[in-house]
Amino acid sequence: MPELSRRHILGMGAGALVVSSLSIPFSALAANTMATDAIMKFTGGAKPKDGLVTLDMPEIAENGNTVPVGVSVDSPMTADNYVKSVLVVADGNPSAGVATFHFSPMSGAAEASTRMRLAKTQNVIAVAAMSDGSFHSAQSVVKVTIGGCGG
Amino acid sequence: MGRKVSLISTVLGAGLLALSTYGTAMADSTLKSIAPPANHPLSEIISGYEFRASETQDLQDDDFENPGYIWVDKGEDLWSEVDGAAGKSCASCHEDASESMKTAGAEFPKWSEKLQKPINLEQKINDCRTENMKADKWKWESEQLLSMTSFVRSQSRGEPVNVQVDGPMAPFFEKGKDLYYQRVGQLDLACSNCHEDNYGNQIRSDLLSQGQTNGFPTYRLKWQKVGSTHRRFKGCMKNVRATPYKVGSDEFVNLELYLGYRGKGLPIESPAVRN
Amino acid sequence: MAKIKPRVKLPKKAKAGETITIKTIISHKMESGRRKDKKGNVIARRIINTFACKFEGQTIFGCDIEPAISANPYFQFNAKVEKTGEFEFIWTDDNGDTYQKKQTIKVS
Repeated sequence: MPELSRRHILGMGAGALVVSSLSIPFSALAANTMATDAIMKFTGGAKPKDGLVTLDMPEIAENGNTVPVGVSVDSPMTADNYVKSVLVVADGNPSAGVATFHFSPMSGAAEASTRMRLAKTQNVIAVAAMSDGSFHSAQSVVKVTIGGCGG
Repeated sequence: MGRKVSLISTVLGAGLLALSTYGTAMADSTLKSIAPPANHPLSEIISGYEFRASETQDLQDDDFENPGYIWVDKGEDLWSEVDGAAGKSCASCHEDASESMKTAGAEFPKWSEKLQKPINLEQKINDCRTENMKADKWKWESEQLLSMTSFVRSQSRGEPVNVQVDGPMAPFFEKGKDLYYQRVGQLDLACSNCHEDNYGNQIRSDLLSQGQTNGFPTYRLKWQKVGSTHRRFKGCMKNVRATPYKVGSDEFVNLELYLGYRGKGLPIESPAVRN
Repeated sequence: MAKIKPRVKLPKKAKAGETITIKTIISHKMESGRRKDKKGNVIARRIINTFACKFEGQTIFGCDIEPAISANPYFQFNAKVEKTGEFEFIWTDDNGDTYQKKQTIKVS
């Protein structure tokens, strides 16, 4: 597997610097078009409500190659009230999609964790589709730092 | 550890961006260290684990979540796989690795009577393959050699690093030491400039460690896989714009030997998880 | 690519109605399709694109995966177990290969 070139890393780094050095108000941190499109496709155009979803991510990622991400949704997970799926998108990656988790009442709990790639500092958004047809979401800003050692 | 960041300015001079506002804020008290033996160059010996973010430490702490264990698993399969003209596997001679390899991982590089010089674990594995199994050598950094090295060294987890540096090893140890303090490359930096003078300081957003080897082969997040000590050495040399020695070269084995001494007593952590 | 190796971890025994935690990891480069080789040619995308966990043939948990999932993909999730049976874990590669692992659980 070829290494990332220094130019790539510097490029990524410059991006991270710009984003993180400005203090952007939270409202302006809304997902970009690509991420918004992915969410709208998932919800069929409905705007997700806040709450019920918890997104567990580090504030600062030591390395953008492997960033732990955990989602959990507050739900009894019974046959008539459960979480069907959770979409995870990242608004600063070359493409917004990360993963879609599919649950069933047999999942017992609507919780999943994985590890993801973040090309630079950005927002990660999780949207849960509930069995009653409603959607809920949560979002986190993760800072991705520039490594000093390219070795 | 309250050193001035003279290194950062050196790097800045070389045209790199310095960024020191992020990164894990380190309090000296959080670093677990062990006491060095008499006349040791370090006043405290600290594993690279201590310099990493808690999320990275968490990955190492759980043997299942640690992706390095994929390689350990593959190595375990290879251990009992017959290969070569002699019809043997590692297990034919060494049987249960958890017994026979308990301390091996902590003792390399080790003296080779045959070659009259120290050899490291990768070289010992290949020596066993060609001499005893009559099998082909594995290529350095190949999936097989990384897996076997990870498997063997993981059997020594928790064992204190204990390389022999006296007797016939002494001249090789001295050569390794010379390399450690030799400034090289366009940036004109020696290993010591980062890992002795500046550990605990940040180089851009990275926290410099003591450059210990007790976690190798290590799963590096940057590599997205397990890599050898010598691969890491090459990376360091490229960073200072020097022409790296070859993996498996006498220079790197001598340096590995000297670094073993610098980390004397640290528990083996292989496969560790590092940035 | 090197031999693909899946690993799973779940309890051997559980009580009926208990929610257990399952951890899975598989060795895979997760080549994103956005990187170039030394000659400047794009390296073809090759990732694990789906993961599924079934219990006695019924899907409990699944995941559609994009290139933004890290190399050597790791998934942790839960399952509610009511009876003794067999879990099956299936990873699907872009090249059409599937990698499977099975493990039984004893429920009392």
